[in-house]
Amino acid sequence: MKHAQSPLRTCSSEHIRYLKVLRRKTVFVQLARAGLLLFILGVWELIAALQLVDPFIISSPSRIAKMIASLAADGSLFYHIGTTLWETLLGFAIAVLLGTGIALLLWWSNAARNVLEPYIVVLNSLPKIALGPVIIIWFGTGASAIVFMTVLVGIIVAIMNMLGGFLATDKNKILLLESMGATKLQILRKLVIPSAIPQFIGMLKICVGMAWIGSIMGEYIVSKAGLGYLIVYGGQVFRLDLVMAATAILCVLAAGMYALVALAEKWLVKK
Amino acid sequence: MKQQSKPILEFDDVRMIYHTKTGETLAADGMSFRVYEGEFIAVIGPSGCGKTTVLSLAAGLLSPSEGAVRVRGENVRRGMACFGYMLQKDELFPWRTVEQNICLPLEIKKIDTPQNRKRALALAEKYGLGGFLKHMPDQLSGGMRQRAALIRTLAPQPDILLLDEPFSALDYQTRLSVCDDVYNIIRNEKKTAILVTHDISEAISVADRIFVLSARPAKVVAAHALQFGSAVPLKRRESPAFSHWFELLWKELNV
Repeated sequence: MKHAQSPLRTCSSEHIRYLKVLRRKTVFVQLARAGLLLFILGVWELIAALQLVDPFIISSPSRIAKMIASLAADGSLFYHIGTTLWETLLGFAIAVLLGTGIALLLWWSNAARNVLEPYIVVLNSLPKIALGPVIIIWFGTGASAIVFMTVLVGIIVAIMNMLGGFLATDKNKILLLESMGATKLQILRKLVIPSAIPQFIGMLKICVGMAWIGSIMGEYIVSKAGLGYLIVYGGQVFRLDLVMAATAILCVLAAGMYALVALAEKWLVKK
Repeated sequence: MKQQSKPILEFDDVRMIYHTKTGETLAADGMSFRVYEGEFIAVIGPSGCGKTTVLSLAAGLLSPSEGAVRVRGENVRRGMACFGYMLQKDELFPWRTVEQNICLPLEIKKIDTPQNRKRALALAEKYGLGGFLKHMPDQLSGGMRQRAALIRTLAPQPDILLLDEPFSALDYQTRLSVCDDVYNIIRNEKKTAILVTHDISEAISVADRIFVLSARPAKVVAAHALQFGSAVPLKRRESPAFSHWFELLWKELNV
């Protein structure tokens, strides 16, 4: 039987040794991770300091830090971060909600699914950036164009992922509910949606990445503010410090958002 | 015998055709039989003969191409209250506790009253699941899970249980004890049951009557009444009549 086992109150010395080795391995991995980052930053700094390569071209960690500090000092840092962040989050939310909703409709109606399938396939393979000019003309050069781009990049992935999850519902469990006389709505609510939750979380993780692609791509095409704007602007005026600083911040934000989703996963799975 | 009373379930010259893109399959033709209140029927047949089709037809999940399937004289419809369907695997929902799983049919049938809930949980209590109601299904052993699945089937108080090889996913030892278990519960609750199985010995060990199906298109080629009295499955297996029946049915299946 697989009853939840209560941990032994007293561990054998072998078990203690086993745990010790396990802990040591974890510590090693953590240290190695941090060490690798420090090593890369150190080598980079050294190359720039010794002028092996012109720091004007490759920038350097200290110059990036200075740049971030000066951006923070005049407050523009938070303005740009805020702009990109809310564009990304809004686009992400719309893509996830709308995508899941559309996937539900497609699950519900076989006819709709069959009719729309080729359209979804084409939209999925289309590089969304090709729609850049159209988006500018339709939505202007404001934030709405960027949010639209973000939604566009994420929504197809969301639809395809969720539809796949809904369609993969265990046939026998559906049969069981049908034998109880369940309606389609009951099958959806009691079975299809709860069993697609792992798929939903997987989709969230993919869509986080997609949303950043969408918002930065959108800011490349049209923008007056945001991290993507800083990167493009920095590139145009050849200020690599600015480009690198914005990229570094982007790394941190994207990692943070991913961590939030991972947290949401833990919470959802526990429920 | 109960033969004089009216049948609770009746197949009347049923013909069933499956359609697929590549063609049609005649799964059953001229299938007729009657099941009486309180009987335990086992249906055996060569593999692929459409044993499961019999249950799907009975439960109204499929409608016959010709002929009729009647419950107490009334044509069956999908989702009739009188049926409880039990599948090969327990199909407990892993995100629901045992209690929530057992009460699932009450929710689906919209009869989730405190009274019905109490009765279902009393059943679980009676058959040894009382301490596990708040557990998740994956904390239960295979045998316990199958018992929970049976209690779930019984929760909405069906008259007829349709059992689709409910033991075949279990290992041999568990299968024997769960078979005993399920048999006792069904007898205790005085339910009519139709068990579909490919396992001859299982059929002999539980049934009052055994229907033997032909190869496709399936029809009932023989119906045997077994006289084991009230002996439980494991006791039946020890009886001398057991091997006699086994031999007979084995031959009938391999003509």
